Amino acid sequence: MHETTVAQSLVEAISHEAQKRRARPIRAKVSCGEWSAVNDEVLSFAFEAIARGTSCEGLQLQIEHKPLRAKCRRCARVFDVDLSSATCPSCGAEDFELLPDAPLTLEEIEFEEGTDDGESERRQESAQRQ
Amino acid sequence: MVKVNVGRKVLSANEAYAQQNSELLAQQGKRCFNMISSPGSGKTTLLVRTIRDVGEAIRIGVIEGDIQTDIDAQRIRATNAPAIQIVTEGACHLSAAQVHQALQQLPLHNLDLVLIENVGNLVCPSAFELGEDGKIVVLSVAEGDDKPAKYPAIFARSKVLLVNKIDLLAAGVQIDFDIERVKADTRRLNKDIEIFSVSAKTGEGMQGWYDWLRRQLPARS
Repeated sequence: MHETTVAQSLVEAISHEAQKRRARPIRAKVSCGEWSAVNDEVLSFAFEAIARGTSCEGLQLQIEHKPLRAKCRRCARVFDVDLSSATCPSCGAEDFELLPDAPLTLEEIEFEEGTDDGESERRQESAQRQ
Repeated sequence: MVKVNVGRKVLSANEAYAQQNSELLAQQGKRCFNMISSPGSGKTTLLVRTIRDVGEAIRIGVIEGDIQTDIDAQRIRATNAPAIQIVTEGACHLSAAQVHQALQQLPLHNLDLVLIENVGNLVCPSAFELGEDGKIVVLSVAEGDDKPAKYPAIFARSKVLLVNKIDLLAAGVQIDFDIERVKADTRRLNKDIEIFSVSAKTGEGMQGWYDWLRRQLPARS
């Protein structure tokens, strides 16, 4: 539901990296936990709209969801947990502690090599003027 | 093609403000809780009753978050407690930056406790840290007993669950609400959570909640 906030932060972070490298970003990988309340389609749509006119325009966003993890209170095993049928895969205990959900993270960016002739910077400047 | 590892938290701007809020509150020895629920669960009524009942024993200031209007802040101010209204104009949650501004406007030196009433929403507010000491989830019986199963994140992340409007159960209103199911589903997600069944309207069960709040405060010198 707050995908536009996330998309805005992503565009800013990726544009910043692009400016540093004077290269055009073409792909970015984002990861998030089960409970980030982020829907892939909504985020991609929001990203596309916000990226228009910036160096992120046309960038392909890849979103990876990380499973929720828990630690067994009996045998200390850490495991991916499915809350509808949650038992420790080692000892079968139902007594576990949920570990903090993976934070929304910008994992990596792929840049086009050697194509930048200052275009991304110009685009960014024109986006700022708007 | 050049791949670059970034490994940067997307909401780091929010986290930086949350950290500042947390430091500000800690420096001044104040406690702060972030109250989260669906719209209409009775958060504001709970706050009003709490402020009136605890009186000078716990001096409470309130930060109100709503999509529109300052109706809630007005209700709080009618108790003589200070309240700052944040109008999010459509945003589904409060951000730490908004709370940071509101904290500057509250007379913190005169307070023991800051209670933040987040925007009515069981989903998004749970994903944004505000710098609070803990989250408090409020669930009213009319919403149904399946909410911990359907919205696990907020129940897993909260220190306290307040089950509100229990007067409706006593009044024999036809509601499918099994409080034992709520407790069991919540404890499965969160072993350490404190659960209080209350009616902010009649005052039933509220004493346990007040005692819990009192235990959170640093000893007054």
